[in-house]
Amino acid sequence: MKQLLTTAYLLFLCCVSLMAQSEKDLPARPQPSRLVVDYTGTLTADQSQALEQKLVTFNDSTSSQIAVVVMATTGDYDIADYAVALGRFWGVGSKEFNNGIILLVAKEDRKMWIATGYGLEGALPDALAKRIIENEIKPNFRENDFYRGLDQGTDAIIGAIKGEYTSPEHHTRGDDDDGPVGFFIILIVIIYIIYVIKKGGGGGGTYHRRGRHHFPAIWWLPSGGSSLGGRSSWGGGSSGGGFGGFGGGSFGGGGAGGSW
Amino acid sequence: MSTRNIVLLSILALILLLGGCGCSGYNNLVQKDQNVKSKWANVESDYQRRTDLIPNLVNTVKGAANFEQETITQVIEARAKATQTTVNAADLSPEKIAQFQKAQGELSGAIGRLLVSVERYPELKATEAFRDLQAQLEGTENRIKVSRNDFNGSVQDYNTSVKKFPMVLFAGLFGFSEKGYFTAEAGAEKAPTVDFNK
Repeated sequence: MKQLLTTAYLLFLCCVSLMAQSEKDLPARPQPSRLVVDYTGTLTADQSQALEQKLVTFNDSTSSQIAVVVMATTGDYDIADYAVALGRFWGVGSKEFNNGIILLVAKEDRKMWIATGYGLEGALPDALAKRIIENEIKPNFRENDFYRGLDQGTDAIIGAIKGEYTSPEHHTRGDDDDGPVGFFIILIVIIYIIYVIKKGGGGGGTYHRRGRHHFPAIWWLPSGGSSLGGRSSWGGGSSGGGFGGFGGGSFGGGGAGGSW
Repeated sequence: MSTRNIVLLSILALILLLGGCGCSGYNNLVQKDQNVKSKWANVESDYQRRTDLIPNLVNTVKGAANFEQETITQVIEARAKATQTTVNAADLSPEKIAQFQKAQGELSGAIGRLLVSVERYPELKATEAFRDLQAQLEGTENRIKVSRNDFNGSVQDYNTSVKKFPMVLFAGLFGFSEKGYFTAEAGAEKAPTVDFNK
């Protein structure tokens, strides 16, 4: 049994290191924030801008975020896994609704994938995503008309999900992270108590009274870690007309893809 | 300050330290335990999603002229077995997870073989119904992969806390035991490969 557990653990470690690797193999979140990110120079500046404009308008009116990412290759990773990892890493969609979609194209691999955020799996089921890939995107890609494929593809996605969410909200991303903060607080309190006691110096009587007096501080201990550990990072300052930034949405593996 | 006082104070400090760590460690573990449970719920619902797709798949395939009955039967049997193997979220021990994985792995294998057989029926493969199903199955397998990964991540987080000082002193006392992982592709989980020697 022990051996089995050890083996399982080792296998798992392999898994984890693979995952960690993937985080490193993901491109950083685009700065300034954009919804159309073309690493290959496939789209002209005008095309990219037109697509961006359409998706930003859609984001403004519905809060749903569709990101279009064109890259050369996803390397050794399965494009579906890569799309999910990228969507989570960038946080496409809002944290509250998880209403993000990534349309990922790996040009040299000749593969594409529509990854659907948790909150849009109902509006854009896998079978529909597959049909969009097959009917709207693939024929255009085969004719090397990438813009047309992406344009019609995103139109179809918009058509499917436009009724799903309406409230344009912005969020802060907070990770509950009980770091070493709690421990430091305990340490500080103890040092403080010792300091107070030392300063009191005199007989046991003084110590007793002061000790009691400072006792309530201890009630802080258990909750201290979590209340101080919370962080809120990047909110994405929205600049007039442009894209306000990704909202921290998550993905669960839904979606469909294909190759051309 | 007398020596006696210093000794008393040291003991008090130690108790505070351990008690404080114990308390915050306990709260921490409760939170991590809940996290593991919610991740487990995702794993279960993703597997359930696959289980729910199977009657549909079987019916679609049955519609094709003389589709090999044996492959279909295997899927139905594996499904029945996988449905019986459930794991209570309160007991996610390594043994239970391994059992669950094995039963679901057999179902994966059976579905895989069925899909390989479909390759021999081009008319069936071309139907809209089958293509939709295939997309759904593919998406479901991806969801399973993602939720299993998330689950493993949460278990690792939890197990590390259970085994770390000072919680290692309290974990048993509060009834926190180590939880199990899904292991990486262990044969049954892999897509079936065709064996020409058979």
